[in-house]
Amino acid sequence: MKPAPSDSGSPPLALVFSSLLGLLALSAASSFLPPAPWKTAAGLAIAAAKTLLIALFFMRLKYRRGLIPIFAVAGLFWLGILGTLLMSDYLTRGRL
Amino acid sequence: MITATPVSAEPTPHPEAKAVTNQLGMWTFLATEILFFGGLFVVYTLFRLTYPEIFRQGGQSMDFWLGTVNTAVLLTSSLFMALADRAVRANQRALLTRCLALTALLGLVFLGIKAYEYHGKFAEHLVPGPGFRGPPGSGPRLQIFYFLYFAMTGLHALHMLGGLAAVGWLWRLNAQGRLNSGRTEPVVIVGLYWHFVDCIWVFLYPLFYLAGR
Amino acid sequence: MKATAEPPAGDAPAPDYLSSGYSLRSWLCTLDHKRIGLLYLVSITFFFMIGAAAAAAMRVALLSPKGDLIVSDVYNRLFTLHGVLMIWFFLIPAVPNVLGNFLLPLMIGARDVAFPRLNLASWYIFMTGAALALYAILAGGVDTGWTFYTPYSSTYSNGHVMAMAAGVFIAGFSSIATGLNFIVTIHRLRAPGLTWFRLPLFVWSLYSTSIILVLATPVLALTLFLMVLERGFGVGIFDPKIGGDPLLFQHLFWFYSHPAVYVMILPGMGVVSELVACFARKPIYGYRVMAFAILAIAALGFLVWGHHMFVSSQSIYAGVVFSLLSFLVSVPSAIKVLNWTATLHRGSIRLDAPMLYALGFMGLFTVGGLTGLFLATMAVDVHLHGTYFVVAHFHYVMVGGMVMAYMGGMHYWWPKISGRMYHEWSARIAALLIFLGFNLTFFPQFILGYLGMPRRYYAYPEEFHALNVLSTAGASILGLGYLLPLIYLSWSLCRGPRAPANPWGATGLEWQTPSPPPTGNFATTPIVTEGPYAYRPEEP
Repeated sequence: MKPAPSDSGSPPLALVFSSLLGLLALSAASSFLPPAPWKTAAGLAIAAAKTLLIALFFMRLKYRRGLIPIFAVAGLFWLGILGTLLMSDYLTRGRL
Repeated sequence: MITATPVSAEPTPHPEAKAVTNQLGMWTFLATEILFFGGLFVVYTLFRLTYPEIFRQGGQSMDFWLGTVNTAVLLTSSLFMALADRAVRANQRALLTRCLALTALLGLVFLGIKAYEYHGKFAEHLVPGPGFRGPPGSGPRLQIFYFLYFAMTGLHALHMLGGLAAVGWLWRLNAQGRLNSGRTEPVVIVGLYWHFVDCIWVFLYPLFYLAGR
Repeated sequence: MKATAEPPAGDAPAPDYLSSGYSLRSWLCTLDHKRIGLLYLVSITFFFMIGAAAAAAMRVALLSPKGDLIVSDVYNRLFTLHGVLMIWFFLIPAVPNVLGNFLLPLMIGARDVAFPRLNLASWYIFMTGAALALYAILAGGVDTGWTFYTPYSSTYSNGHVMAMAAGVFIAGFSSIATGLNFIVTIHRLRAPGLTWFRLPLFVWSLYSTSIILVLATPVLALTLFLMVLERGFGVGIFDPKIGGDPLLFQHLFWFYSHPAVYVMILPGMGVVSELVACFARKPIYGYRVMAFAILAIAALGFLVWGHHMFVSSQSIYAGVVFSLLSFLVSVPSAIKVLNWTATLHRGSIRLDAPMLYALGFMGLFTVGGLTGLFLATMAVDVHLHGTYFVVAHFHYVMVGGMVMAYMGGMHYWWPKISGRMYHEWSARIAALLIFLGFNLTFFPQFILGYLGMPRRYYAYPEEFHALNVLSTAGASILGLGYLLPLIYLSWSLCRGPRAPANPWGATGLEWQTPSPPPTGNFATTPIVTEGPYAYRPEEP
């Protein structure tokens, strides 16, 4: 695998990739620890970090300006609307 | 509205403008996918908050190592897709061919492992429905976990198939000499889609394979 | 003062888009947005007629209180058919895919949409979904209602639920493709000088509609997918037997289906703005407020879906929140009605057929919208839910509103689309018949609902008889009213006088090109130097 030529100061892809594998190893290793309440949150946080790395560097979102980042975030925002109002029913029904 | 001085009609916008247009189109599509998969994540969250025990039980029945390996496989395929993007922009067509081939190969490996896992679930009677037989001490409620598992990973696998078709299309374009540093758009667009599908799996992994561990 | 760009002298005039190819292939493989708009026109008219036939059958059956004409099982399949076809295969595509496809590039001075091949693909996807839905109907139909509520749809129904759901699922991708195309087109392909606040309000409404299409339809897709999966497995997450929740289906379904009604009405509102400005010879009052109101309706429309579920056993607290938000979403709609009225004030009003439809829209949409507030009030909704009051409410907004706007738009832009003028007095009579027939059909239904007649019932108590007879009488007049345009518009294709580029003296880029337009829309790219609606009331 040729060393990736760096363009406009972006980190080499190999570095991003090793970070991704490192995060995977972290979450996999954590599963060998005894069950604990923080582990779910940690697993999701690690997944979010991986997603951020993929989005920023593989999908080159870091180098986009203008509409594209807005469109990228809009979907998440609307998903937030679905999640929030939906859960507002279930959390206030009094039988959870 | 008034039309003033006639300007010679430009049949197509400038190539760079067209590239931004295409990327905007793909990001709009990805926004729809965020709602599509995201809705399923909301449903998952709802049931996990309601019945945490079935996720512990279900999570422990998943093959941890296969899931972890599969995640590594997909991450590597994303790396090769990103390298393909670099290759086409640097006009390195032979490298592009190799990267596309490796991306597709890893995608196929992923699907193969998933198929093996699904077969295992069928064999162990863990498919929701009349033939479901959960481990001792579990109730019919456990089927909710497997329903979500099949729904979410199944949809993801379908998207992988679409991605493989797209990569195959890129491979053919490149073989016909129609990809180069002046025409990188198809690789960029397919790359965005491929990385997105990878991101979905990155979340599915802890939700199904690390639950209850 | 207008200056139209003329093609350089000596060039042969470009063939218009209708005469640039007569083969079937030139239509079925076209990339021209105008032809794709016509492909949609033919399709949705066909589905409208089937949906209308189902409605006619129901109204005839409801002439008598006893269910002696149609048995309940068939009746259930009829109202399901009516809902599915009218909503997904007529109302949602009507203005965006027919008028929007045709007009959007023209209105922004572009040659075509951003992704012409995706545009053609969207029609084929639409037809594939429609074929599946038609198959489901012909194979015996579905009796769940267009809403497919679980657990009936997922567990107990004996109809062809999977095929019908698959048809709708596939048609949804056509919506997403169209919305995506329009959003990118409006962002990227506007003519030089055409800033956002110089856009016609019709374009604003298409943009807002496209945002809804793109963000809401995927949730419909996933909902139908989950329901079909549950039907396939035999159990699932909507099944109470294993701890699932049938209400979850309703939440997910209405997260799409409420914004979907704004998909249906917003383009109609955009059309009305164009019509009112032109036929009152006045700029739309409060243009910027109107544009923001369009965006606000789309955004707020995503926050109110629980008002369909007040009596479903969802949390009362959630119900209160949804009720309040539903009141809020009525505000931008009301602002629009007020602004149209203010536009009419001291305008030079011409009562051409398109204007009759626009005025009809304003009145009927107001009634429909106000009755929506009754339903948004939780305590009142307890009594009105599931009655004919709801049926009357949504027909007032969707038929009295949306379909009137669609008809108005079709008449207004008919000269541009076909290059012919239709017979004006036939059109005015048809508009009047539609208005009268519509009110006679649906106003009695408000009363019926208030008195307690349930909806989706094939038989009813004797005390509701008279009002049902009135409603059916109205439906026959309405049907006649809809038939007339089919006749005189088709007639005009062969015998109507040829239309000039701008028969109404309207502003807007689409009127700066011949009727019908050439394939490339404009001989030269227009440059825009002023805002829309540069009308003056005194000028003829």
